[in-house]
Amino acid sequence: MKFKKNMFLTGIALATAALLVAGGFTAAEAAKPQKAVILATTTSTQDTGLLDVLIPIFEKKTGYFVKTIAVGSGQAMAMGAKGEADILLVHSPAAEKKFMADGNGVERRLVMHNDFIIVGPPADPAGIRGMKKATEAFKKIAGSGSIFMSRGDRSGTHVKEIDIWKAGGVKYEGEKWYQQTGLGMGQTLAVSAEKKTYTLADRGTYLALKKNLGLDILVEGDGILLNIYHVIEVNPKKWPKANFPGGKAFADFMVSKETQDIIKTFGVDKYGSPLFFPDAGKKEEALGL
Amino acid sequence: MTTILEAKNLKVIRGGSLLVDVPDLAIIEGETLSLIGPNGAGKTTLLQALSYLSKPSAGEVLFRGRVVGPDYGALEFRRNLTMVFQEPLLFDTTVFNNVVSGLKMRGRGGKESRQIARAQLERFGIAHLGERSAKTLSGGEAQRTSLARAFALSPEVLFLDEPFAALDPPTRESIVADLEKVLAETKTTTIMATHDRNEALRLSDRIAVMEGGRIAQIDRPSIVMNRPVDEFVAHFVGTETILEGAVRETNETALFVSVDGSVIEVVGRGRVGEKVTVCIRPENVTLAIPDGTAKTSARNTFRGRIGRIIPLGLVHRVEIACGFPLVAFVTTHALEDLSLKEGDEVAASVKATAIHVIRKGGG
Amino acid sequence: MDIILEGIRQAFILLFTFDREVLGVTWFSLKVSGTATLISLFLGMSVGTVVALTQFPGRRIVVSLINTGMGLPPVVVGLFVTIFLWRNGPFGFLEILYTPSAMIIAQAVIATPIVMGISLAAIQQLPRKLRLQILALGATRLQMVLVLIREAKLALLAAVMAGFGGVISEVGASIMVGGNIMGYTRVLTTATVMETSRGNFDIAIALSIILLLFAYLINLVLTYVQQRERPR
Repeated sequence: MKFKKNMFLTGIALATAALLVAGGFTAAEAAKPQKAVILATTTSTQDTGLLDVLIPIFEKKTGYFVKTIAVGSGQAMAMGAKGEADILLVHSPAAEKKFMADGNGVERRLVMHNDFIIVGPPADPAGIRGMKKATEAFKKIAGSGSIFMSRGDRSGTHVKEIDIWKAGGVKYEGEKWYQQTGLGMGQTLAVSAEKKTYTLADRGTYLALKKNLGLDILVEGDGILLNIYHVIEVNPKKWPKANFPGGKAFADFMVSKETQDIIKTFGVDKYGSPLFFPDAGKKEEALGL
Repeated sequence: MTTILEAKNLKVIRGGSLLVDVPDLAIIEGETLSLIGPNGAGKTTLLQALSYLSKPSAGEVLFRGRVVGPDYGALEFRRNLTMVFQEPLLFDTTVFNNVVSGLKMRGRGGKESRQIARAQLERFGIAHLGERSAKTLSGGEAQRTSLARAFALSPEVLFLDEPFAALDPPTRESIVADLEKVLAETKTTTIMATHDRNEALRLSDRIAVMEGGRIAQIDRPSIVMNRPVDEFVAHFVGTETILEGAVRETNETALFVSVDGSVIEVVGRGRVGEKVTVCIRPENVTLAIPDGTAKTSARNTFRGRIGRIIPLGLVHRVEIACGFPLVAFVTTHALEDLSLKEGDEVAASVKATAIHVIRKGGG
Repeated sequence: MDIILEGIRQAFILLFTFDREVLGVTWFSLKVSGTATLISLFLGMSVGTVVALTQFPGRRIVVSLINTGMGLPPVVVGLFVTIFLWRNGPFGFLEILYTPSAMIIAQAVIATPIVMGISLAAIQQLPRKLRLQILALGATRLQMVLVLIREAKLALLAAVMAGFGGVISEVGASIMVGGNIMGYTRVLTTATVMETSRGNFDIAIALSIILLLFAYLINLVLTYVQQRERPR
């Protein structure tokens, strides 16, 4: 019957289309997997657009294909610890040290830093503008009862924020003035701006969003506010399936002179100041920690 | 007389209950057999088992002597027959495509099938609807399409499952008339389930009365109507007066049955003392005014009083108490002629030849 | 309000200047979700039809499982697909995590129960006697199934729409198993999330509008077909 034939034709057409499309994908991938490097990194490196500049250069140079998985620092480290990533670009020094101590990585190299800033409404109800010590500023916010918006997502920024609270000996958990978004940096800044609260932000994201926010930098430059990025190569002995040569190539690339020069100027044209400061070859101590 | 379809020890069991139990049923080529019976008697289930649309639980179906299943593939068998249901069950396409659909499924597409379809549309008076979407048809048009689709297949056996039950009376009448004509022309062997005994009487060569999954009686319509084998059949074929009695005396041609003190004369045979059931069809009872002048040729004349008069359309149902309860159908005209009303005295007569007795033995 | 208007303006600029990246992401979204929908049509329609037409012990359990599956949260699917596809997971040897294939698998897992549930309901809601009627017309089992599918085609089109709509708009699974890799696994939804977190609200709005536009266009076409098939 006519419609039966139609059904068959439609079926065959659908099947062919599915096979063609699926075939197209596999063909496109077939060339890539063995050359693919999985880079687990924090959302901040992706959100600033730095990787969008660096990765194409690396790929062109080495022929590797980088799969950038931008997640929270916690998840990035977990991926490394499970052998699901080949290279990490992260900024949680304490967690990184533990990661190395557990034998999950073979080499950890300093790449760059940017810094955190304490931002808040221009009216500055807690009166922290221009303070030199971040811990003192946090104490003052807590004392004034002004709302502080935390990311609360175990990200590097969140971890840094907790460090500052602890360093200042401030009880923050469960306090009425302490609120958590559970969101990324950009969204947390947006919420903070909307509700006119204080928050801790990385400079890069803040600069990128500045025009829409109406939040001012109130405290900056303290040593505790530095945000230091390392590359860590995953231990190939522990995870033989990991692409160790690819990971190493990427780490070498990140600390190379050419890359460091790009980092130095990245963001200047757009925001008037660089977002990151190249640190390859330096000692951590030299950064004033 | 060739047997085309036969059932042997056919049983259908669903969920632990026996829905159909037919030890032996033979369908004769060219006949129209009606299955009648109340809802739940197993008519539809029997049709589906005979047609192998749902496999019987036990027993055999034979088509022209070959056992369906082992000797003869179910698909091949099904392609000798078709079924029309109470719902038209048309496909969501044009009327023409519907009529041609069965032929295409049987691998008989092409020019020939289109000619056949056109002829069937013509035959059922729906040629002008060919390009209409089946979803837009009236109930009658849809059922005509369904019939045309069935006849396009020139089935060796046609199954009809309450095909007219959902139609309004005028539509039903015109489709029954068409079907009657087509069956006469094509001599298609037909098995029809219905609960309308008038339809059955009009279309059938034989009638089977079903009760509880069994065939209680199968015979020519006149016999089933006038000579029911038991009270159930008697009741179902419209015998309104069913009385228990015993034979008081006999002679060469007749029995005298005593019922609640009255004596009813019946043409037939029996033994004195034997228990019998007396069946009197309401249309066989005539009424008269009991003034002694109105003589009737009937030997059985009973005086009584009218209980209730219920109008049934063409006739009135008159209930009479004359020593036993008796029901008569009287035309409206006759009722007016006699000016009968509830509570009136009346003389009711039945010919001895128009009474049927069911012998129960004993005595 | 300004930001929305700016977003709309940006959307049209991106769309009509044929911005290569946006077009690439859009085309890729359609390709991934379209393929996933096709796969879910095969699996969903065949299993849905079989379940609708057969009786077997535990059928109710299967039907309620399918119905539950219709509401599978994409992130849950994303999580499980990720765990299964990990290098050191049970299907690690496939090496397809963070590839379009992984996204297609995850989206097919999301869409299949939707298509299956709707197909099941569509076939079941046909008159029961229709099956007998088709057999009585001399159909083979396969012919019967094909005719039933054809009779349920309007409802099945709804299944296509629901399946496709479900996967083109989901983000949780795509970002987890695809990784939102530029030029490789970035789709409209993951790009929207990223641009939002980058603070590029205008581009994020533009991408959302493109997503809505495509979802609308595809549903428009299917609806048109469906309505045309509907008897007048």
